[in-house]
Amino acid sequence: MPVITLTIDEELVSARAGQSILEACRDHEIKIPTLCHLDGLSARGGCRLCLVAVAGSPRLLPACTTAVQENMVVTTSNEKIERYRRMILELTFAERNHTCAVCVSNENCELQTLAAELGMDHVRYDYLNPDLPLDTSHERYGVDHNRCLLCLRCVRVCDEVEGAHTWDVKGRGIKSQVITDLNRPWGASESCTECGKCVEVCPTGALFTKGSAVAEMKKEASFLRRILDGREKRQWRR
Amino acid sequence: MSKTITIEPVTRIEGHAKISIMLDDSGRVVDSRFHVTEFRGFEKFCVGRSFWEMPGITARICGICPVSHLMASSKAGDMILGVRTPAPAVALRRLMNYAQLVQSHALSFFLLSGPDLILGMDADPLQRNMAGLIAANPDLARAGIRMRAFGQQLIRMLGDRSVHPSWAVPGGVRKSLGSDQRDQVLKQLPEMHATINIALDLMKDIHDSFSTEIDAYGEFPSLFMGLVGEDGGLEHYDGKLRVIDAEGKILEDGAAPEDYQRLIAEGEQKWSYLKFPYYRPLGPEQGMYRVGPLARLNVCDFAGTPKADRELRQFRHYGGQGKPVSGSFYYHHARLIEILHALERIEEILGDDILIDHHIRSQAGVNQNIGIGISEAPRGTLFHHYRVDDNGILEDVNLIIATGQNNLAMNRTVRQLAERFIRGDKLDQGLLNRVEHGIRVYDPCLSCSTHEAGRMPLQVQLFSARGELLDEVKRC
Repeated sequence: MPVITLTIDEELVSARAGQSILEACRDHEIKIPTLCHLDGLSARGGCRLCLVAVAGSPRLLPACTTAVQENMVVTTSNEKIERYRRMILELTFAERNHTCAVCVSNENCELQTLAAELGMDHVRYDYLNPDLPLDTSHERYGVDHNRCLLCLRCVRVCDEVEGAHTWDVKGRGIKSQVITDLNRPWGASESCTECGKCVEVCPTGALFTKGSAVAEMKKEASFLRRILDGREKRQWRR
Repeated sequence: MSKTITIEPVTRIEGHAKISIMLDDSGRVVDSRFHVTEFRGFEKFCVGRSFWEMPGITARICGICPVSHLMASSKAGDMILGVRTPAPAVALRRLMNYAQLVQSHALSFFLLSGPDLILGMDADPLQRNMAGLIAANPDLARAGIRMRAFGQQLIRMLGDRSVHPSWAVPGGVRKSLGSDQRDQVLKQLPEMHATINIALDLMKDIHDSFSTEIDAYGEFPSLFMGLVGEDGGLEHYDGKLRVIDAEGKILEDGAAPEDYQRLIAEGEQKWSYLKFPYYRPLGPEQGMYRVGPLARLNVCDFAGTPKADRELRQFRHYGGQGKPVSGSFYYHHARLIEILHALERIEEILGDDILIDHHIRSQAGVNQNIGIGISEAPRGTLFHHYRVDDNGILEDVNLIIATGQNNLAMNRTVRQLAERFIRGDKLDQGLLNRVEHGIRVYDPCLSCSTHEAGRMPLQVQLFSARGELLDEVKRC
């Protein structure tokens, strides 16, 4: 695979052609915050937290879906980028009812952790306070749409890794909502294999194990790499 | 010309309130009202959530007694699961509930009412507060703070945090107590016993110094309600409801949680967010009942621990032969006896080998659609009533909070104090403070009772019969 050279944060670095800016950055241990991205799943570019500045582009570009190019000059962090990232987090919080204090994923939530890391200490926008339901019809798991940020990791892992494609999306824009089996209650789904991968990759408390109390959900998405390495590289390890 | 006095905000209580006192043309008190000016709406916005979350959500109702909501909510959840909660989990829940009783009662006696009781009702308002108490009696203030810290620390050991722990869950609890932690608590108990002994002695002096006015702080006949154990003993976590009348006659006994709606009805008034519960069989006029430490000591047959029983026997003298103690000023004393009882029970539970058992949580799904959890909060009997669908989603929530049940009595107490102490149209700080103290004896938690977040302010306004504001005192 041809190697190309580009500049990231004023450092000359090499990357493989076809890699995304995000992958190239992670290969060189340059940290870029992400929310919808998950190693092992297809890139989506939905959350926009990985926005970076590329010389010559009039707007910021998502690092996860922008491929590296020869002589590209990338800036991963500056005042404007950080401000945009905080704004994106504020909008995410304002869109639904996250209410961290009583969430099953409190203290174990990627959204909450990012807010702390990026210094988002308040929300300047009016909360939309949508009236969204809780579906606990599944025997083992529940979905709380109030805490969903539409990263669609659940949709992707179910389709790309488990192969069940139970999850999908209905509606448009901020009215979008993840659904199971063409909008049937999760408990009535015939395609769900009850594998729980969607719960483990969900970055917030939107998908949870039933019976969990506040701060009791501790998710572990690293299983995904193990499965994929086994499948693709025949490397089986615990 | 008739007038209304308004005390707003009422200070050194948990929550937000004001008092209005209406005077007639000759300056005599014709009416008084204790208004709770907060609203939160937990009963409404919890609908649609899962009952599994309720202990965590309802603990947020209050920062003083989150544990009480945790207990009632997890017990309601136990009923929905319909399985037996493991005995070690019950013992651990009791332990946390006693810790809560100690910290909350210590807060009420030493920190909130202490300045009135120890410095005097007429002391300079600038001094009549916690800082003044520390200056006047630093050892007592320190001991009180340490006692509260003891309770908070035990709650934190179990629930990882002292405020809003989400530790008790439907079916049990999340974590047990380590042996190191148990030893640490046991080591502190002698100091706590010493503190409560000092406070009990002090209480007797306080009764002497208040002897001429003690009967003005809510001395009237009423019903009393509280939980008692299967054997009729003092009970805070579980048990059956008992209601007695002003003569000590038992009106209800052995009432199960499911029966509470037969016993209690909730009245409403436009001028307060706090409801007016009453004993349904006797109606709103005759059905006024009191809950809390005084009621619990009145309804139980015995305390069940040696030192508390000795104090209880003396306490019963205040009521006379076979009669309940009817003066609300004795809530303070009852609180101290309950602290003593809680300390004895904590020692008992910590010495029980059952805590070593690792079975602390039963797992089950929704097996019943109704869950009712009743426990004794520091301020009185607390009810959580949930109706869920087959997936555990809440369809209806009813919370009856201890302070609400004392609402009729608090209004009556304010009236009694106003009639005794308010004369004419000018407000005197010392006299007003007595009216406020009439509320403080109940240690009301208004944040809980309206399920509301709040500060601790009080306001008194004096109105004429034509509604003109004549005088006003505000404190924040």
